[in-house]
Amino acid sequence: MSDQGTKLNPRRSFIATAGAGVAGLGFTVIAPGLHLMAVAGDANAANAATDARKAGTAASPTVRWGLLIDANKCAPGCTKCIDACHTENGVSEKLSDPRQNSQWIRKIELVDRRNGRVTQLPMMCQHCANPPCVDVCPTGASMKRADGIVLVDRHTCIGCRYCMMACPYKARSFVHTPLHDQNPEVPRGQGCVESCTLCVHRVDKGQQPACVESCPNGAMTFGDLLDPASAIAQRIASVPTTQVRADLRLDQGVRYQGI
Amino acid sequence: MKLLRILVALFAAFIAVSPAPTLAGDGGRTATPVIAIANPGHCVAPVEEMRRNHMEMLKHQRDRSLRQGIRGEPTSLNACIECHASKKTGSVLGSNDNFCQSCHAYVAVKLDCFECHQPKAGFKAAGVKP
Repeated sequence: MSDQGTKLNPRRSFIATAGAGVAGLGFTVIAPGLHLMAVAGDANAANAATDARKAGTAASPTVRWGLLIDANKCAPGCTKCIDACHTENGVSEKLSDPRQNSQWIRKIELVDRRNGRVTQLPMMCQHCANPPCVDVCPTGASMKRADGIVLVDRHTCIGCRYCMMACPYKARSFVHTPLHDQNPEVPRGQGCVESCTLCVHRVDKGQQPACVESCPNGAMTFGDLLDPASAIAQRIASVPTTQVRADLRLDQGVRYQGI
Repeated sequence: MKLLRILVALFAAFIAVSPAPTLAGDGGRTATPVIAIANPGHCVAPVEEMRRNHMEMLKHQRDRSLRQGIRGEPTSLNACIECHASKKTGSVLGSNDNFCQSCHAYVAVKLDCFECHQPKAGFKAAGVKP
């Protein structure tokens, strides 16, 4: 709430004062039992780094990492999240057939033909609770970690690409050529399928995924969906959000607002 | 009979003065792997154990790290590389003088780790624009 608003409207100052008492809870009391959730503001500030997991401890099922993407804040033509993802994960190959390039995250433009409304939709692995890629994997390489992050174990991946066919979001890519410029923390190589890891190497250190950190508009919120105090859980509880193809009942960890 | 005794004595004398046979690994004409360690004495386990079991240690660690998400274990391929990368080329691969390749080329065991893992120490990946 701006200072100017407070000066002009005594009612607003009352709301601000009433809100101050519960400021720690992140909402303002409008009337008894009626709360105005703090939604606006610098969304990336709400993305405070999560705690790094202690060395030697396993990922816990009491945590479920998720992502909330506000399509209204996603600027047309901006590729900052894709650039950051590629830099972080060392995706550097440019093949003669661009359809064969790895795509960890891509932007889809949805156009409503009736009224011309354009929606930006960043799309990546949706980190499903019931992932079809894990169901179909013949070697058990496609797996879901205890904290909900869906990964490919390249040590056992045979590159059959069954998971690529099973994924409703086309989130997975196959690496077609030998690679040399991998990030030491993100091993990847020819003959294996790969997809967004939710920057698992960063998350385990208590950092945000690269795309979330890079978004200039704060369109992405990362956090623990199971922790009611987390910024992402509070947003999901307060604003309408959707899962893409929720009818498939995969319970995706990536949710969208404004699509 | 006397002749036989003389022969036996001569044979014994020949054995006594002939040089001891050369063992493989003593150098000389036998090829040996180059094991140059810039920072000796800081390894996670004694040399004998590392030589025999490093592959098992890495295999179990990789499963714990990836599947269970356990980080910061003493055995880690990246930690091996940080310490063992050649001071000249910054890599554990690339020439038969470099740590991993040296032994693996010597015993003709295929080194699959670096099909996916980065063999250079302190490497920073740069992506491309989409």
